[in-house]
Amino acid sequence: MGTSLVTAVINGKTLTAQPGMTIMQAARAKGIKIPSLCYHPALESSGACRICLVEVEKHPKLLPACTTPLSEGMVIFTHSPKAVAARRFVVEMILIRHPLDCFSCESNGRCDLQDLAYELGIEKSPFQEEGNVCTDYALDDTNPFYIRDMNKCVVCGRCVRACDWQSGYHAVDFQFRGIKTTVNPPVGMKLEDSDCVFCGQCVQACPVGALIERKSIGQGRSWETEKVRTTCAYCGVGCQLDLHVKGEKIVRVTGTEEGMPNRGRLCVKGRFGYDFIYSEERLTKPLIRVRKGDMKSGDDLFREASWDEALDLVASRFKEVIERHGSDAVGGVSCARSLNEDSYSMQKLFRMVFKTNNIDHCARV
Amino acid sequence: MTNTIGEFATAKLLFCIGTNMTEAHPVAATYLKNGVRSGTKLIVVDPRRQELADYAHIFAQLRVGSDIAFLNGVMNVLIAENLYDNRFVEDNCENFDDLVAKVAEYPPSRAARISGVPEKTIIEIARMLGTIKPAMVIYTLGITEHNTGKRNVMSLANLQMLLGNMGVEGGGVNPMRGQNNVQGACDMGALPNMYCGYQRVAVPEISEKFARFWGVDGLSTREGLKIAEMTNGLPAGKVKAFWIFGENLVATEPDIGHISHCLNSAEFLVVQDIFRNETTPYADVILPSAAWCEDDGTFTNTERRVSRVRKIKEAPGEARPNWWIFKEVARRWGYDWPSNSGRDLWDREIAPLCPAFAGITFDRMDAIGGIQWPCPSEDHPGTAVLHRDGRFSRGKGNFQAIDWVPSAEEPDETYPFVLSTGRRLVHYHSRTQTGRAKGLNERMPEERADISIPDAERLGIANGETIRVVSRRGSVKIKANVSKRMPQGMVWMSFHFWETNANRLLSGDTASFDPDTLTPSYKACAVKIEKMA
Ligand code: SF4
Ligand code: SF4
Ligand code: SF4
Ligand code: FES
Repeated sequence: MGTSLVTAVINGKTLTAQPGMTIMQAARAKGIKIPSLCYHPALESSGACRICLVEVEKHPKLLPACTTPLSEGMVIFTHSPKAVAARRFVVEMILIRHPLDCFSCESNGRCDLQDLAYELGIEKSPFQEEGNVCTDYALDDTNPFYIRDMNKCVVCGRCVRACDWQSGYHAVDFQFRGIKTTVNPPVGMKLEDSDCVFCGQCVQACPVGALIERKSIGQGRSWETEKVRTTCAYCGVGCQLDLHVKGEKIVRVTGTEEGMPNRGRLCVKGRFGYDFIYSEERLTKPLIRVRKGDMKSGDDLFREASWDEALDLVASRFKEVIERHGSDAVGGVSCARSLNEDSYSMQKLFRMVFKTNNIDHCARV
Repeated sequence: MTNTIGEFATAKLLFCIGTNMTEAHPVAATYLKNGVRSGTKLIVVDPRRQELADYAHIFAQLRVGSDIAFLNGVMNVLIAENLYDNRFVEDNCENFDDLVAKVAEYPPSRAARISGVPEKTIIEIARMLGTIKPAMVIYTLGITEHNTGKRNVMSLANLQMLLGNMGVEGGGVNPMRGQNNVQGACDMGALPNMYCGYQRVAVPEISEKFARFWGVDGLSTREGLKIAEMTNGLPAGKVKAFWIFGENLVATEPDIGHISHCLNSAEFLVVQDIFRNETTPYADVILPSAAWCEDDGTFTNTERRVSRVRKIKEAPGEARPNWWIFKEVARRWGYDWPSNSGRDLWDREIAPLCPAFAGITFDRMDAIGGIQWPCPSEDHPGTAVLHRDGRFSRGKGNFQAIDWVPSAEEPDETYPFVLSTGRRLVHYHSRTQTGRAKGLNERMPEERADISIPDAERLGIANGETIRVVSRRGSVKIKANVSKRMPQGMVWMSFHFWETNANRLLSGDTASFDPDTLTPSYKACAVKIEKMA
């Protein structure tokens, strides 16, 4: 604060930015898209991929937009022939080892690498002639939450930084060198036995199809899903999440990047705990007890009923009790998991209709 | 919370007591870890050396149920060394002399004897609190689920007033609410003494206002019963008809035998839920309701942020929205409620009735996301930090002289261990939800009882060996988890699994509850451990 704004020109457009902003941040803030791969707005930039190289007047070398601070008077070209050529070279290098089986990839349609290749008009890597150099790592699919396909890894490091900063663990890191570099839990250790808490932050951060939620597989392509923002159903943090929905099905869940208080972060329950709503065991009809019985006998003591019958019974039995014993002979416990509007309605029923303040909830568990 | 979760990352000092944040509020803990990495100091006070202790600058491993003695000891040092905020105390607080006299009875040596925290650590903590300002106090059920729960909370308020840490960013008293909408259920008046918006039922003008708004003649100004009073009222014949909405009381209340007996005595019991559970067998009528994702409405998080919850699918079969069920019963009593959706209920009833939420509307939330109350008008941005500039809602902050008393059930010769109960990372309560989510159950298919290495060695118990944990109420057969994080003399279990539900062991006798809030002593129960033959 207090220090004056920085003025610069990007692609002929004059813009101002807060001091200390990188070229990438300043451009994004004004809606200018600079192609990127390892950049993630919630993470510290590492400058690893070199996709975001831009040409800056008076600078002989191209500069990475995600790590270069915007300085006063800079004149920047994000898509100059030199910048585009450099970007093309980087993508072509990545594609040497990246499998081109996009058809069957879960990330198809929401993959940053695919988008880059499309934008640059690259079909396959021209360097690929000397035989198949795709890596051949086994799929890591032994944990119940997500699958790691290191053959698709572009070594952007977003997962490592997400784990480190957004979840506060250091469960995975780079391993091996050169073309064999991948991201893994400590050598010789399975992910399940590492520090990993399966928050899936790394999965959300991955720009390609190397990390994929297990439950999402085959559930729907990205262009078939609609994003619906909601609030997590588990703890009091109240994380904002985006449900990726196809019809009535949740395909996957991601943290809402701009949502408060979590800014894109989620834990294992919020990200992976959603499918109870689809359980076959859901109650689907009102039930009325037919007889008292031994709770443990296993017989069903209930029969199905219509809403009218069940509600008439509830209303009349409460009326009867209140007539006989007074309003304070009835009581209710509301739900600390359900909607505000539901708790409001329940206390309204007890206070306005039954005329009692015998209403509480489990504030304490 | 008086403050916000995001401040964990920017605060100067965090004082965490009785919170297992990395498991119970994982995303909040990520901000705490960011803070510690960027220079925030961290004090952790807990009977277990849990994950937070790994990041702490000072870790105090106190005995279960000794919080007040420990806190009085800290305040004793703050006052003796004149490290407190004289100005704040003078301008904004009352009753200081009582506090001074009380904490004088708790020199660090005595506090250390009771709490098991070394004298030098108590002094060190006081000095850190006295010199790094402000500090956020953060706590969870480790503070409240005791026979002294309310007094524990008041002690923390004493501490923050003494330090002048109220009403500032990076300060405040911050309980992290457990369930997703427990804050909201309080806000909405699912409390025996308050209407929605914390408006007291006993105040005639308030009850008149609600009566007018709802179009009825008179509303009761007599405060209602708390949960434990209602359930105990069932066998006593005081409460005849009981309605349980969305709570699996049989699995989550202490002493399963006792609560079962209570529910069995109900003349008429309604259970409204999304699944059959351990409580539904006691019902006379079971009403199937819409779940998360099947209705539109709002949740309020622990930092008072009201956020939208959205519908993406229809409820299965004939399951119906909960508000619809209540409305239909009202209709059968001759009342026609006007609202027909979550939006109607919020915009046309809740916001107009509650000054604290008046400026929050569905349209605003849809446009800008969650809004923190108090938010008195539509041009108000919401309130991140409560009690700005030391102004409390009831004038001056009142110091309370509070004495330490032992837990309701102290360990003895027959039951030499203290059992504390709580939640683990991947599960939630009685697992009606997480037990049905693929992955979560596979990650944690069963519960184990955590015990310390020295106790395991002494009793000859191997990690994973099945043991019996026995209390005056009952016993549970469970595998032992021998853990370096556990102190000697303590057992820790969750209540996620029915067969090994720790609630079988706890006391359901209200004499062991907090006398003010009737919160059960979920954190302190005397048990013994038996090796199986
Ligand atoms: S799931 Fe979470 S803890 Fe595990 S590696 Fe990914 S980010 Fe790290
Ligand atoms: S797994 Fe994904 S996020 Fe991690 S380095 Fe590879 S491509 Fe990047
Ligand atoms: S995602 Fe995890 S931390 Fe966030 S609200 Fe849900 S349960 Fe809590
Ligand atoms: S996005 Fe800038 S170097 Fe990768």
